[in-house]
Amino acid sequence: MAEIKNYTLNFGPQHPSAHGVLRLVLELDGEVVERAEPHIGLLHRGTEKLFEQKTYLQNVPYFDRFDYVSMMANEHAYALAVEKLMGVEAPERAQYIRVMFAELTRILNHCMWLGAVALDIGAMTVFLYCFREREDIFDFYEEVSGARMHAAYFRPGGVSKDLPDGLLEKIKAFTDTFPGYIDEYETLLTENRIWKQRNVDIAIVDEETALAWGFSGPMIRSSGVAWDLRKTQPYDVYDKMEFDIPVGATGDCYDRYLVRVEEMRQSNEIIRQCIEWLLDNPGDIKSRDGRLSSPDRADMKDDMETLIHHFKYFSEGYHVPAGEVYTAVEHPKGEFGVYLVSDGSNKPYRMKVRAAGFAHLEALDYMCRGHMIADVVAILGTQDIVFGEVDR
Amino acid sequence: MMNDIKEEQQDLPEVVGLKKQFGDGILEVSKSLDCTVVVVRCDRIVEACHYLKDQQGYEQLMDLCGVDMSEYPGFVKEDGRYQVVYNLLSIQHNKRLRLKVQVDARQLVNSVVEVWPTANWFEREAFEMYGVIFNHHPDLRRLLTDYGFEGYPMRKDFPVEGRVEMFFDDEQWRCVYRPNAVENRVLIPKTWPGADRG
Repeated sequence: MAEIKNYTLNFGPQHPSAHGVLRLVLELDGEVVERAEPHIGLLHRGTEKLFEQKTYLQNVPYFDRFDYVSMMANEHAYALAVEKLMGVEAPERAQYIRVMFAELTRILNHCMWLGAVALDIGAMTVFLYCFREREDIFDFYEEVSGARMHAAYFRPGGVSKDLPDGLLEKIKAFTDTFPGYIDEYETLLTENRIWKQRNVDIAIVDEETALAWGFSGPMIRSSGVAWDLRKTQPYDVYDKMEFDIPVGATGDCYDRYLVRVEEMRQSNEIIRQCIEWLLDNPGDIKSRDGRLSSPDRADMKDDMETLIHHFKYFSEGYHVPAGEVYTAVEHPKGEFGVYLVSDGSNKPYRMKVRAAGFAHLEALDYMCRGHMIADVVAILGTQDIVFGEVDR
Repeated sequence: MMNDIKEEQQDLPEVVGLKKQFGDGILEVSKSLDCTVVVVRCDRIVEACHYLKDQQGYEQLMDLCGVDMSEYPGFVKEDGRYQVVYNLLSIQHNKRLRLKVQVDARQLVNSVVEVWPTANWFEREAFEMYGVIFNHHPDLRRLLTDYGFEGYPMRKDFPVEGRVEMFFDDEQWRCVYRPNAVENRVLIPKTWPGADRG
Protein backbone atom coordinates (compact mmCIF):
# COMPACT_ATOMS: atom_id res chain seq x y z
CA MET A 1 0.00 0.00 0.00
CA ALA A 2 1.21 3.45 -0.80
CA GLU A 3 2.37 5.49 2.13
CA ILE A 4 0.13 8.46 2.93
CA LYS A 5 1.81 11.54 4.25
CA ASN A 6 0.40 14.61 5.94
CA TYR A 7 0.53 17.58 3.73
CA THR A 8 -0.49 21.21 3.76
CA LEU A 9 -2.84 22.63 1.20
CA ASN A 10 -3.32 26.25 0.38
CA PHE A 11 -6.94 27.11 -0.42
CA GLY A 12 -7.69 30.50 -1.91
CA PRO A 13 -7.53 33.49 -1.87
CA GLN A 14 -8.68 33.18 -5.48
CA HIS A 15 -11.00 30.25 -5.26
CA PRO A 16 -14.65 30.46 -6.29
CA SER A 17 -15.94 28.79 -3.16
CA ALA A 18 -13.77 30.83 -0.80
CA HIS A 19 -16.63 33.38 -0.78
CA GLY A 20 -14.38 36.28 -1.47
CA VAL A 21 -10.80 36.52 -0.46
CA LEU A 22 -10.23 33.86 2.15
CA ARG A 23 -6.88 32.16 2.26
CA LEU A 24 -7.12 28.91 4.11
CA VAL A 25 -4.13 26.81 5.03
CA LEU A 26 -5.31 23.25 5.50
CA GLU A 27 -3.29 20.54 7.12
CA LEU A 28 -4.48 17.25 5.77
CA ASP A 29 -4.06 13.65 6.66
CA GLY A 30 -5.05 12.06 3.39
CA GLU A 31 -8.42 13.67 2.77
CA VAL A 32 -9.16 14.43 6.41
CA VAL A 33 -8.65 17.96 7.67
CA GLU A 34 -6.47 18.10 10.77
CA ARG A 35 -6.21 21.84 11.05
CA ALA A 36 -7.64 24.74 9.12
CA GLU A 37 -6.06 28.11 9.52
CA PRO A 38 -7.84 31.03 7.91
CA HIS A 39 -5.70 33.94 6.78
CA ILE A 40 -7.93 36.95 6.59
CA GLY A 41 -7.41 40.60 5.93
CA LEU A 42 -7.05 40.51 2.16
CA LEU A 43 -10.03 42.84 1.96
CA HIS A 44 -8.99 44.99 4.90
CA ARG A 45 -9.66 48.61 4.02
CA GLY A 46 -9.06 50.27 7.36
CA THR A 47 -12.64 51.44 7.57
CA GLU A 48 -12.45 51.92 11.32
CA LYS A 49 -9.56 54.32 10.84
CA LEU A 50 -11.47 56.17 8.12
CA PHE A 51 -14.50 56.55 10.40
CA GLU A 52 -12.42 58.73 12.67
CA GLN A 53 -11.72 61.15 9.81
CA LYS A 54 -15.29 61.46 8.54
CA THR A 55 -18.36 63.18 9.86
CA TYR A 56 -21.26 61.12 11.09
CA LEU A 57 -23.22 61.58 7.89
CA GLN A 58 -20.24 60.73 5.70
CA ASN A 59 -19.85 57.47 7.58
CA VAL A 60 -23.21 56.07 6.49
CA PRO A 61 -22.10 54.74 3.08
CA TYR A 62 -19.14 52.92 4.62
CA PHE A 63 -21.61 50.68 6.37
CA ASP A 64 -23.05 49.46 3.09
CA ARG A 65 -19.64 48.14 2.28
CA PHE A 66 -19.19 45.98 5.33
CA ASP A 67 -21.46 43.13 4.59
CA TYR A 68 -22.10 43.99 0.98
CA VAL A 69 -24.95 41.54 0.56
CA SER A 70 -27.05 42.96 3.40
CA MET A 71 -26.39 46.63 3.10
CA MET A 72 -29.27 48.20 4.95
CA ALA A 73 -28.94 45.90 7.94
CA ASN A 74 -25.48 47.34 8.55
CA GLU A 75 -26.72 50.89 8.33
CA HIS A 76 -29.44 50.00 10.78
CA ALA A 77 -26.95 49.33 13.58
CA TYR A 78 -25.13 52.58 12.91
CA ALA A 79 -28.30 54.66 12.73
CA LEU A 80 -29.45 53.21 16.05
CA ALA A 81 -26.09 53.88 17.69
CA VAL A 82 -26.03 57.54 16.70
CA GLU A 83 -29.68 57.99 17.64
CA LYS A 84 -29.05 56.50 21.04
CA LEU A 85 -26.13 58.80 21.75
CA MET A 86 -28.13 61.82 20.63
CA GLY A 87 -31.22 60.79 22.53
CA VAL A 88 -33.37 60.91 19.43
CA GLU A 89 -35.91 58.41 18.29
CA ALA A 90 -36.86 58.00 14.66
CA PRO A 91 -40.52 58.71 13.79
CA GLU A 92 -42.76 55.69 13.75
CA ARG A 93 -43.15 55.61 9.99
CA ALA A 94 -39.39 55.65 9.57
CA GLN A 95 -39.12 52.77 12.01
CA TYR A 96 -41.63 50.74 10.02
CA ILE A 97 -39.82 51.52 6.79
CA ARG A 98 -36.55 50.48 8.37
CA VAL A 99 -37.96 47.23 9.68
CA MET A 100 -39.50 46.49 6.30
CA PHE A 101 -36.25 47.08 4.48
CA ALA A 102 -34.23 45.27 7.10
CA GLU A 103 -36.37 42.23 6.44
CA LEU A 104 -36.15 42.64 2.68
CA THR A 105 -32.43 42.75 3.22
CA ARG A 106 -32.60 39.53 5.19
CA ILE A 107 -34.29 37.85 2.26
CA LEU A 108 -31.71 39.40 -0.04
CA ASN A 109 -28.92 37.99 2.09
CA HIS A 110 -30.40 34.55 2.52
CA CYS A 111 -31.10 34.28 -1.21
CA MET A 112 -27.50 35.10 -1.94
CA TRP A 113 -26.38 32.63 0.69
CA LEU A 114 -28.61 29.84 -0.52
CA GLY A 115 -27.66 30.31 -4.14
CA ALA A 116 -23.95 30.47 -3.43
CA VAL A 117 -23.91 27.50 -1.07
CA ALA A 118 -25.95 25.35 -3.40
CA LEU A 119 -23.57 26.28 -6.19
CA ASP A 120 -20.57 25.35 -4.05
CA ILE A 121 -22.09 22.00 -3.29
CA GLY A 122 -23.00 21.40 -6.89
CA ALA A 123 -26.58 22.52 -7.46
CA MET A 124 -26.51 25.08 -10.21
CA THR A 125 -30.20 25.79 -10.60
CA VAL A 126 -30.82 27.18 -7.13
CA PHE A 127 -28.36 29.95 -7.83
CA LEU A 128 -30.36 31.10 -10.83
CA TYR A 129 -33.65 30.88 -8.95
CA CYS A 130 -32.36 32.88 -6.00
CA PHE A 131 -30.87 35.59 -8.13
CA ARG A 132 -34.20 36.07 -9.84
CA GLU A 133 -35.74 37.17 -6.52
CA ARG A 134 -32.71 39.19 -5.54
CA GLU A 135 -33.23 41.20 -8.68
CA ASP A 136 -36.71 42.22 -7.51
CA ILE A 137 -35.39 43.35 -4.15
CA PHE A 138 -32.62 45.32 -5.80
CA ASP A 139 -35.33 47.11 -7.74
CA PHE A 140 -36.98 48.10 -4.44
CA TYR A 141 -33.63 49.33 -3.20
CA GLU A 142 -33.23 51.37 -6.33
CA GLU A 143 -36.67 52.92 -6.01
CA VAL A 144 -36.09 54.23 -2.50
CA SER A 145 -32.44 55.18 -2.66
CA GLY A 146 -31.37 55.37 -6.28
CA ALA A 147 -28.74 52.70 -5.77
CA ARG A 148 -29.20 49.00 -6.31
CA MET A 149 -26.76 47.88 -3.67
CA HIS A 150 -25.05 50.53 -1.61
CA ALA A 151 -28.14 52.40 -0.66
CA ALA A 152 -27.13 54.72 2.22
CA TYR A 153 -30.84 54.81 2.94
CA PHE A 154 -31.06 54.41 6.73
CA ARG A 155 -29.76 57.61 8.25
CA PRO A 156 -29.40 58.52 11.88
CA GLY A 157 -32.82 59.96 12.68
CA GLY A 158 -34.85 57.97 10.18
CA VAL A 159 -34.48 57.26 6.50
CA SER A 160 -33.35 59.57 3.74
CA LYS A 161 -36.51 59.70 1.61
CA ASP A 162 -40.10 58.61 1.89
CA LEU A 163 -41.25 55.66 -0.18
CA PRO A 164 -42.14 56.55 -3.77
CA ASP A 165 -45.75 56.08 -4.88
CA GLY A 166 -46.65 52.57 -5.81
CA LEU A 167 -43.66 50.92 -4.19
CA LEU A 168 -45.66 49.36 -1.37
CA GLU A 169 -47.95 47.70 -3.89
CA LYS A 170 -44.95 46.28 -5.68
CA ILE A 171 -43.45 44.95 -2.48
CA LYS A 172 -46.83 43.51 -1.56
CA ALA A 173 -46.99 41.71 -4.88
CA PHE A 174 -43.52 40.37 -4.18
CA THR A 175 -44.51 39.06 -0.75
CA ASP A 176 -47.52 37.34 -2.31
CA THR A 177 -45.38 35.37 -4.72
CA PHE A 178 -42.26 34.89 -2.64
CA PRO A 179 -43.45 32.02 -0.39
CA GLY A 180 -44.11 30.08 -3.58
CA TYR A 181 -40.54 30.73 -4.65
CA ILE A 182 -39.23 29.48 -1.32
CA ASP A 183 -41.21 26.30 -1.97
CA GLU A 184 -39.39 26.06 -5.27
CA TYR A 185 -36.02 26.29 -3.56
CA GLU A 186 -37.12 23.69 -1.10
CA THR A 187 -38.28 21.24 -3.74
CA LEU A 188 -34.83 21.52 -5.24
CA LEU A 189 -32.94 21.05 -2.00
CA THR A 190 -34.71 19.99 1.17
CA GLU A 191 -35.27 16.36 0.26
CA ASN A 192 -32.52 16.26 -2.31
CA ARG A 193 -30.33 13.21 -1.73
CA ILE A 194 -27.06 14.88 -2.67
CA TRP A 195 -27.87 17.99 -0.66
CA LYS A 196 -28.58 15.88 2.39
CA GLN A 197 -25.46 13.77 1.96
CA ARG A 198 -23.39 16.91 1.85
CA ASN A 199 -25.06 18.67 4.78
CA VAL A 200 -26.62 16.34 7.30
CA ASP A 201 -24.37 15.76 10.33
CA ILE A 202 -21.63 17.95 8.91
CA ALA A 203 -19.98 20.31 11.40
CA ILE A 204 -22.25 19.72 14.37
CA VAL A 205 -21.89 22.50 16.91
CA ASP A 206 -23.49 21.98 20.30
CA GLU A 207 -25.01 24.74 22.35
CA GLU A 208 -22.13 25.25 24.74
CA THR A 209 -19.53 25.44 21.99
CA ALA A 210 -21.65 27.83 19.98
CA LEU A 211 -21.87 30.15 22.98
CA ALA A 212 -18.18 29.97 23.74
CA TRP A 213 -17.22 30.79 20.17
CA GLY A 214 -19.43 33.87 20.14
CA PHE A 215 -21.90 32.53 17.59
CA SER A 216 -25.00 34.56 16.88
CA GLY A 217 -27.89 34.73 14.48
CA PRO A 218 -28.85 31.63 12.50
CA MET A 219 -25.65 29.91 13.58
CA ILE A 220 -26.58 29.90 17.25
CA ARG A 221 -30.26 29.27 16.63
CA SER A 222 -29.50 26.14 14.66
CA SER A 223 -27.55 24.91 17.69
CA GLY A 224 -30.76 25.08 19.70
CA VAL A 225 -30.52 28.47 21.42
CA ALA A 226 -33.69 30.47 20.88
CA TRP A 227 -31.96 33.82 20.75
CA ASP A 228 -32.97 36.56 18.38
CA LEU A 229 -32.29 40.20 19.13
CA ARG A 230 -35.46 41.15 17.30
CA LYS A 231 -37.38 39.38 20.05
CA THR A 232 -35.13 39.61 23.08
CA GLN A 233 -33.82 43.15 22.73
CA PRO A 234 -36.23 44.64 20.22
CA TYR A 235 -35.29 47.80 18.40
CA ASP A 236 -37.45 50.02 16.19
CA VAL A 237 -40.89 48.43 15.86
CA TYR A 238 -39.92 44.78 16.07
CA ASP A 239 -41.83 44.50 19.33
CA LYS A 240 -45.04 45.13 17.36
CA MET A 241 -44.34 42.42 14.83
CA GLU A 242 -45.58 38.91 15.00
CA PHE A 243 -43.13 36.28 13.90
CA ASP A 244 -41.52 33.06 15.03
CA ILE A 245 -37.92 32.18 15.59
CA PRO A 246 -36.89 28.93 13.96
CA VAL A 247 -34.57 26.87 16.12
CA GLY A 248 -32.48 23.90 15.02
CA ALA A 249 -32.16 20.57 16.76
CA THR A 250 -28.79 19.07 15.87
CA GLY A 251 -26.72 22.09 14.92
CA ASP A 252 -25.37 20.65 11.67
CA CYS A 253 -25.15 22.28 8.27
CA TYR A 254 -28.56 20.96 7.30
CA ASP A 255 -30.16 22.61 10.33
CA ARG A 256 -28.55 25.88 9.47
CA TYR A 257 -30.02 25.58 6.00
CA LEU A 258 -33.49 24.87 7.38
CA VAL A 259 -33.29 27.73 9.87
CA ARG A 260 -32.35 30.22 7.19
CA VAL A 261 -35.07 29.07 4.83
CA GLU A 262 -37.66 29.39 7.58
CA GLU A 263 -36.29 32.83 8.42
CA MET A 264 -37.06 33.91 4.88
CA ARG A 265 -40.68 32.91 5.37
CA GLN A 266 -40.85 34.78 8.68
CA SER A 267 -39.27 37.85 7.13
CA ASN A 268 -41.88 37.74 4.43
CA GLU A 269 -44.57 37.85 7.12
CA ILE A 270 -42.93 40.80 8.85
CA ILE A 271 -42.78 42.69 5.57
CA ARG A 272 -46.49 42.10 5.03
CA GLN A 273 -47.30 43.48 8.47
CA CYS A 274 -45.18 46.55 7.78
CA ILE A 275 -46.84 47.19 4.45
CA GLU A 276 -50.25 47.02 6.03
CA TRP A 277 -49.31 49.66 8.58
CA LEU A 278 -47.43 51.86 6.13
CA LEU A 279 -50.31 52.01 3.67
CA ASP A 280 -52.57 53.61 6.30
CA ASN A 281 -50.12 55.83 8.12
CA PRO A 282 -48.37 58.61 6.26
CA GLY A 283 -46.09 60.83 8.30
CA ASP A 284 -42.56 61.94 8.98
CA ILE A 285 -39.73 59.74 7.83
CA LYS A 286 -36.96 61.70 9.49
CA SER A 287 -36.68 63.04 13.00
CA ARG A 288 -37.59 66.70 13.28
CA ASP A 289 -34.53 67.24 15.43
CA GLY A 290 -32.64 69.90 13.49
CA ARG A 291 -29.31 68.33 14.33
CA LEU A 292 -30.12 65.18 12.41
CA SER A 293 -32.18 66.49 9.51
CA SER A 294 -31.55 68.96 6.78
CA PRO A 295 -34.22 71.66 6.48
CA ASP A 296 -36.97 71.75 3.88
CA ARG A 297 -35.80 72.94 0.51
CA ALA A 298 -38.78 75.30 0.23
CA ASP A 299 -37.88 77.02 3.52
CA MET A 300 -34.35 77.60 2.36
CA LYS A 301 -35.52 79.88 -0.44
CA ASP A 302 -36.50 82.72 1.85
CA ASP A 303 -34.81 82.10 5.16
CA MET A 304 -31.13 82.85 5.71
CA GLU A 305 -30.79 80.77 8.89
CA THR A 306 -32.30 77.75 7.21
CA LEU A 307 -29.83 78.09 4.38
CA ILE A 308 -26.97 78.25 6.87
CA HIS A 309 -28.41 75.23 8.66
CA HIS A 310 -28.48 73.31 5.39
CA PHE A 311 -24.91 74.29 4.60
CA LYS A 312 -23.66 73.44 8.06
CA TYR A 313 -25.53 70.14 8.10
CA PHE A 314 -23.82 68.91 4.98
CA SER A 315 -20.40 70.47 5.53
CA GLU A 316 -19.54 70.48 9.21
CA GLY A 317 -22.11 67.88 10.11
CA TYR A 318 -23.71 67.44 13.49
CA HIS A 319 -22.08 67.04 16.88
CA VAL A 320 -22.83 63.95 18.86
CA PRO A 321 -22.71 64.26 22.66
CA ALA A 322 -19.74 62.62 24.33
CA GLY A 323 -20.35 59.11 25.50
CA GLU A 324 -20.17 55.54 24.39
CA VAL A 325 -22.71 53.03 23.30
CA TYR A 326 -22.81 49.50 21.97
CA THR A 327 -25.81 48.79 19.78
CA ALA A 328 -26.46 45.49 18.14
CA VAL A 329 -28.99 44.44 15.55
CA GLU A 330 -30.09 41.05 14.37
CA HIS A 331 -28.24 41.16 11.11
CA PRO A 332 -29.00 38.35 8.62
CA LYS A 333 -25.67 36.79 9.57
CA GLY A 334 -25.87 37.25 13.30
CA GLU A 335 -25.22 40.01 15.75
CA PHE A 336 -23.88 43.09 14.04
CA GLY A 337 -22.71 45.50 16.70
CA VAL A 338 -21.42 49.03 16.60
CA TYR A 339 -19.38 50.23 19.55
CA LEU A 340 -19.31 53.98 19.18
CA VAL A 341 -17.23 56.30 21.35
CA SER A 342 -17.92 59.97 20.85
CA ASP A 343 -15.90 62.86 22.23
CA GLY A 344 -18.60 65.43 21.49
CA SER A 345 -17.24 66.49 18.11
CA ASN A 346 -18.59 66.02 14.60
CA LYS A 347 -16.56 62.86 13.98
CA PRO A 348 -16.59 59.58 15.87
CA TYR A 349 -13.69 59.21 18.27
CA ARG A 350 -13.64 55.45 17.86
CA MET A 351 -16.07 53.15 16.15
CA LYS A 352 -15.63 49.42 16.34
CA VAL A 353 -17.74 47.20 14.20
CA ARG A 354 -18.50 43.79 15.55
CA ALA A 355 -19.19 41.53 12.62
CA ALA A 356 -20.90 38.21 13.08
CA GLY A 357 -18.84 36.58 10.35
CA PHE A 358 -15.61 37.39 12.15
CA ALA A 359 -16.51 35.20 15.11
CA HIS A 360 -17.97 32.49 12.91
CA LEU A 361 -14.94 32.27 10.68
CA GLU A 362 -12.74 32.04 13.73
CA ALA A 363 -14.54 28.83 14.64
CA LEU A 364 -13.88 27.36 11.19
CA ASP A 365 -10.88 25.48 12.52
CA TYR A 366 -13.03 23.91 15.22
CA MET A 367 -15.81 23.04 12.79
CA CYS A 368 -13.56 21.57 10.09
CA ARG A 369 -11.40 19.29 12.20
CA GLY A 370 -11.94 15.66 11.38
CA HIS A 371 -14.04 16.39 8.33
CA MET A 372 -13.16 15.60 4.75
CA ILE A 373 -11.68 18.29 2.57
CA ALA A 374 -14.83 18.49 0.46
CA ASP A 375 -16.78 19.40 3.59
CA VAL A 376 -14.65 22.49 4.14
CA VAL A 377 -16.53 24.15 1.32
CA ALA A 378 -19.89 23.16 2.79
CA ILE A 379 -18.86 24.42 6.24
CA LEU A 380 -17.51 27.66 4.90
CA GLY A 381 -20.71 28.14 2.96
CA THR A 382 -22.94 27.39 5.93
CA GLN A 383 -21.26 30.11 7.97
CA ASP A 384 -22.43 32.69 5.46
CA ILE A 385 -19.12 34.49 5.31
CA VAL A 386 -18.79 37.81 3.54
CA PHE A 387 -15.37 39.32 3.60
CA GLY A 388 -16.48 42.90 3.62
CA GLU A 389 -17.48 42.53 7.24
CA VAL A 390 -14.83 40.04 8.35
CA ASP A 391 -11.94 42.17 7.17
CA ARG A 392 -13.55 45.59 7.58
CA MET B 1 -15.71 59.21 39.49
CA MET B 2 -17.02 56.89 42.18
CA ASN B 3 -19.87 59.29 42.84
CA ASP B 4 -21.26 58.36 39.44
CA ILE B 5 -22.60 55.19 40.91
CA LYS B 6 -26.31 55.32 41.42
CA GLU B 7 -28.49 53.12 43.56
CA GLU B 8 -29.73 50.93 40.75
CA GLN B 9 -26.29 49.87 39.58
CA GLN B 10 -25.24 49.05 43.09
CA ASP B 11 -28.06 46.57 43.08
CA LEU B 12 -27.00 44.74 39.92
CA PRO B 13 -25.98 41.32 41.20
CA GLU B 14 -22.92 41.09 38.98
CA VAL B 15 -21.63 44.47 40.13
CA VAL B 16 -22.22 43.62 43.78
CA GLY B 17 -20.58 40.25 43.24
CA LEU B 18 -17.60 41.73 41.42
CA LYS B 19 -17.01 44.23 44.20
CA LYS B 20 -17.29 41.61 46.87
CA GLN B 21 -15.00 39.23 45.04
CA PHE B 22 -12.38 41.64 43.79
CA GLY B 23 -12.56 44.67 46.11
CA ASP B 24 -10.10 47.24 44.86
CA GLY B 25 -9.66 45.28 41.64
CA ILE B 26 -12.81 47.09 40.50
CA LEU B 27 -11.73 50.63 39.78
CA GLU B 28 -14.94 52.24 38.65
CA VAL B 29 -18.56 51.43 37.97
CA SER B 30 -20.67 53.70 35.84
CA LYS B 31 -23.80 53.62 33.78
CA SER B 32 -23.56 54.09 30.04
CA LEU B 33 -26.54 54.66 27.77
CA ASP B 34 -26.90 50.99 26.99
CA CYS B 35 -25.46 49.07 29.92
CA THR B 36 -23.28 49.16 33.01
CA VAL B 37 -19.57 49.75 32.51
CA VAL B 38 -17.07 48.27 34.92
CA VAL B 39 -13.41 49.26 34.86
CA VAL B 40 -11.32 46.38 36.11
CA ARG B 41 -7.73 46.58 37.23
CA CYS B 42 -5.46 45.12 34.60
CA ASP B 43 -4.21 42.15 36.63
CA ARG B 44 -7.67 40.93 37.67
CA ILE B 45 -9.36 40.79 34.29
CA VAL B 46 -9.15 37.06 33.67
CA GLU B 47 -10.50 36.18 37.12
CA ALA B 48 -13.27 38.74 36.69
CA CYS B 49 -14.21 37.22 33.34
CA HIS B 50 -14.18 33.72 34.79
CA TYR B 51 -16.42 34.91 37.58
CA LEU B 52 -18.85 36.63 35.23
CA LYS B 53 -19.02 33.66 32.91
CA ASP B 54 -19.30 30.93 35.48
CA GLN B 55 -21.36 32.58 38.18
CA GLN B 56 -23.22 35.47 36.59
CA GLY B 57 -24.25 33.83 33.34
CA TYR B 58 -22.32 35.97 30.85
CA GLU B 59 -21.82 33.14 28.39
CA GLN B 60 -20.77 35.21 25.44
CA LEU B 61 -18.03 37.67 24.67
CA MET B 62 -19.58 39.57 21.80
CA ASP B 63 -16.84 42.04 21.15
CA LEU B 64 -13.39 42.94 22.31
CA CYS B 65 -11.60 45.99 21.04
CA GLY B 66 -8.91 48.46 21.80
CA VAL B 67 -9.34 52.22 22.09
CA ASP B 68 -6.56 54.77 22.00
CA MET B 69 -7.55 57.42 24.52
CA SER B 70 -4.60 59.75 23.92
CA GLU B 71 -6.62 62.39 22.06
CA TYR B 72 -9.78 62.10 24.11
CA PRO B 73 -10.65 65.39 25.85
CA GLY B 74 -9.62 65.26 29.48
CA PHE B 75 -7.23 62.36 29.02
CA VAL B 76 -4.56 62.07 31.68
CA LYS B 77 -1.53 59.91 31.14
CA GLU B 78 -1.85 58.18 34.48
CA ASP B 79 -5.08 56.50 33.36
CA GLY B 80 -3.22 54.53 30.72
CA ARG B 81 -3.30 55.38 27.06
CA TYR B 82 -5.17 52.32 25.85
CA GLN B 83 -8.43 50.79 26.83
CA VAL B 84 -9.37 47.24 26.11
CA VAL B 85 -13.14 47.02 25.99
CA TYR B 86 -15.03 43.77 26.49
CA ASN B 87 -18.70 43.69 25.53
CA LEU B 88 -20.32 40.76 27.26
CA LEU B 89 -23.72 39.26 26.66
CA SER B 90 -25.74 37.07 28.94
CA ILE B 91 -28.25 35.07 26.98
CA GLN B 92 -29.93 33.49 29.99
CA HIS B 93 -30.49 36.84 31.71
CA ASN B 94 -30.83 38.86 28.49
CA LYS B 95 -28.46 41.64 29.45
CA ARG B 96 -25.18 43.14 28.52
CA LEU B 97 -22.20 44.33 30.47
CA ARG B 98 -19.11 46.22 29.41
CA LEU B 99 -15.74 45.66 31.00
CA LYS B 100 -12.78 47.92 30.51
CA VAL B 101 -9.11 47.64 31.24
CA GLN B 102 -6.82 50.64 31.07
CA VAL B 103 -3.19 50.10 30.18
CA ASP B 104 -0.24 51.95 28.77
CA ALA B 105 1.90 50.57 25.99
CA ARG B 106 4.26 48.72 28.31
CA GLN B 107 1.67 46.90 30.39
CA LEU B 108 0.54 43.43 29.51
CA VAL B 109 -3.10 42.41 29.61
CA ASN B 110 -3.81 38.82 30.42
CA SER B 111 -5.60 37.06 27.63
CA VAL B 112 -9.17 35.87 28.14
CA VAL B 113 -8.88 33.14 25.50
CA GLU B 114 -9.09 30.56 28.28
CA VAL B 115 -12.51 31.96 29.22
CA TRP B 116 -13.97 32.48 25.76
CA PRO B 117 -12.06 30.92 22.84
CA THR B 118 -13.58 33.54 20.54
CA ALA B 119 -11.36 36.16 22.19
CA ASN B 120 -8.45 34.78 20.20
CA TRP B 121 -8.97 36.75 17.01
CA PHE B 122 -10.40 39.79 18.75
CA GLU B 123 -7.25 40.05 20.87
CA ARG B 124 -5.06 39.53 17.85
CA GLU B 125 -6.85 42.41 16.18
CA ALA B 126 -6.51 44.67 19.22
CA PHE B 127 -2.81 43.78 19.35
CA GLU B 128 -2.11 44.56 15.72
CA MET B 129 -4.15 47.75 15.69
CA TYR B 130 -2.95 49.26 18.98
CA GLY B 131 0.08 47.27 20.06
CA VAL B 132 -1.60 46.14 23.27
CA ILE B 133 0.13 42.91 24.23
CA PHE B 134 -1.96 40.07 25.54
CA ASN B 135 -0.12 37.81 27.92
CA HIS B 136 -0.58 34.05 27.62
CA HIS B 137 -2.28 34.41 24.26
CA PRO B 138 -1.73 31.18 22.30
CA ASP B 139 -0.95 32.79 18.97
CA LEU B 140 -0.46 36.55 19.05
CA ARG B 141 0.21 37.48 15.42
CA ARG B 142 -1.05 40.10 13.03
CA LEU B 143 -4.48 39.30 11.68
CA LEU B 144 -5.83 41.83 9.21
CA THR B 145 -2.88 43.84 7.97
CA ASP B 146 -0.48 42.77 5.24
CA TYR B 147 2.18 40.14 5.83
CA GLY B 148 5.13 42.04 7.26
CA PHE B 149 3.20 45.21 8.06
CA GLU B 150 4.93 47.56 10.47
CA GLY B 151 3.29 49.84 12.99
CA TYR B 152 -0.02 49.97 14.82
CA PRO B 153 -2.46 51.57 12.39
CA MET B 154 -5.33 52.46 14.71
CA ARG B 155 -3.18 54.47 17.08
CA LYS B 156 -4.04 58.12 16.93
CA ASP B 157 -0.49 59.07 15.94
CA PHE B 158 -0.49 56.72 12.93
CA PRO B 159 -1.24 58.77 9.80
CA VAL B 160 -4.45 57.85 8.03
CA GLU B 161 -2.72 57.75 4.65
CA GLY B 162 -0.15 55.29 6.01
CA ARG B 163 3.62 55.34 5.93
CA VAL B 164 4.35 53.20 2.89
CA GLU B 165 2.70 52.48 -0.41
CA MET B 166 2.97 49.45 -2.63
CA PHE B 167 3.89 49.61 -6.28
CA PHE B 168 5.04 47.24 -8.97
CA ASP B 169 8.72 47.54 -9.72
CA ASP B 170 9.37 46.83 -13.41
CA GLU B 171 13.06 46.15 -12.89
CA GLN B 172 12.65 43.68 -10.07
CA TRP B 173 9.39 42.42 -11.55
CA ARG B 174 7.64 42.29 -8.20
CA CYS B 175 5.69 44.42 -5.76
CA VAL B 176 7.77 46.54 -3.43
CA TYR B 177 7.03 49.14 -0.78
CA ARG B 178 8.26 52.71 -0.89
CA PRO B 179 7.68 55.68 1.39
CA ASN B 180 4.23 57.10 0.95
CA ALA B 181 3.91 60.08 -1.34
CA VAL B 182 0.23 60.71 -0.59
CA GLU B 183 -0.60 63.67 1.59
CA ASN B 184 -3.42 63.65 4.05
CA ARG B 185 -6.16 66.07 3.08
CA VAL B 186 -8.55 67.14 5.76
CA LEU B 187 -11.65 68.44 4.01
CA ILE B 188 -13.77 68.88 7.11
CA PRO B 189 -11.90 69.72 10.28
CA LYS B 190 -12.94 68.23 13.56
CA THR B 191 -15.04 70.70 15.54
CA TRP B 192 -16.86 70.86 18.82
CA PRO B 193 -20.22 72.56 19.36
CA GLY B 194 -19.99 76.31 19.42
CA ALA B 195 -16.36 76.38 18.26
CA ASP B 196 -17.17 78.54 15.24
CA ARG B 197 -19.08 81.09 17.27
CA GLY B 198 -15.99 82.42 18.96
